[in-house]
Amino acid sequence: MSAASTALRAGSDPYHIGHGPSTGVPEYTGHGAGGPAPKRIVVGYGFWIFILSDVILFSCFFATYTVLIEARNGGPGPQQLFDLHNTAVETACLLLSSFSCGMTSLAVARHNLLWSEITLAITGLLGLTFIGLEVHEFLGLVAQGAGPTRSAFLTSFFALVGCHGVHVTAGLLWLGTMMAQFPAKGFKQTILHRYLCFSLFWHALDIIWIGIFTVVYLIGTITP
Amino acid sequence: MSSDPNRFEQFDLGSHVGEDRVLGEAPSELHPPTLRSELRGYLIGLVLAAALTAASFWALDEHVIYGPGIVMALIVFGLAQVGVHLAFFLHLTTAPDNANNALALAFGVLIVSLIFFGSIWVMFHMNQHMIPARALMEMRGG
Repeated sequence: MSAASTALRAGSDPYHIGHGPSTGVPEYTGHGAGGPAPKRIVVGYGFWIFILSDVILFSCFFATYTVLIEARNGGPGPQQLFDLHNTAVETACLLLSSFSCGMTSLAVARHNLLWSEITLAITGLLGLTFIGLEVHEFLGLVAQGAGPTRSAFLTSFFALVGCHGVHVTAGLLWLGTMMAQFPAKGFKQTILHRYLCFSLFWHALDIIWIGIFTVVYLIGTITP
Repeated sequence: MSSDPNRFEQFDLGSHVGEDRVLGEAPSELHPPTLRSELRGYLIGLVLAAALTAASFWALDEHVIYGPGIVMALIVFGLAQVGVHLAFFLHLTTAPDNANNALALAFGVLIVSLIFFGSIWVMFHMNQHMIPARALMEMRGG
């Protein structure tokens, strides 16, 4: 490390193109110089790889839905089935919960237990509302005979949106765990890393939902 | 700062973890972010995301956009909102600490594009070359 540090102080600093401090003092680690990356960087990178692989999984479901949207076997299509007001409320719930998760991150960074718990509770309630609306929509579709067995289009719809719903449910369980662990274990480093992964997961779920409301609901509704 | 031999270990104290900055910035010990500045970032993200969502629903409801162009408009609004989320909520930047994350994202986007648009392309052409169901029935009947 000392040799690398000396080299960096001399101003060589090969990997910080355009970002490195002009004095040549190394600010960033984990790039072959300046020592190994700190653990929070490694933890975040690993979980980011998981999230990207999850996004690739979702892309397969998106492709299936788009290919099968007209394979209805005489059954109902998006125009007859989807209630866009319901979708708008679901979208608002997830966007606000993503924002509230950001507020939790601010509180956790300042080791403020009260605000961490309050904002986590708000995030969880918005997530629960979202899941409730989705389950209500699914039950309504099944009740009018448009369940996943009706047509290939509906199979792909329930698979894609249901897979996202399962992810949100898992996120809610994780959220409850974090709410219990902050008071029980305090703001230890391991708990902070755990929370970091949770926040990445929750924000990523909202990004997936952007794709769902755009491709499944909005573009689906204008597909003849 | 540069004379302290333990300064690399100091980065590992976890004090930056909860700031949601792992996909964002390198630890800036000279200018630690204030609550006000971070809050403003999240609020800007919220307003932009809400505006883009509203634009998507509005583009569909009101017939302000030329009909065949609506799909493209919705895709643009959606991609823009993904960008807003990545920048303001996930704090993905091009900072050196973030280069690996940005490269992984680029690879993910490549794979997702291949799967999504590749599937649509292949299946569209396959449908074009299929014998229509009615013609198949007539062939069997005759």
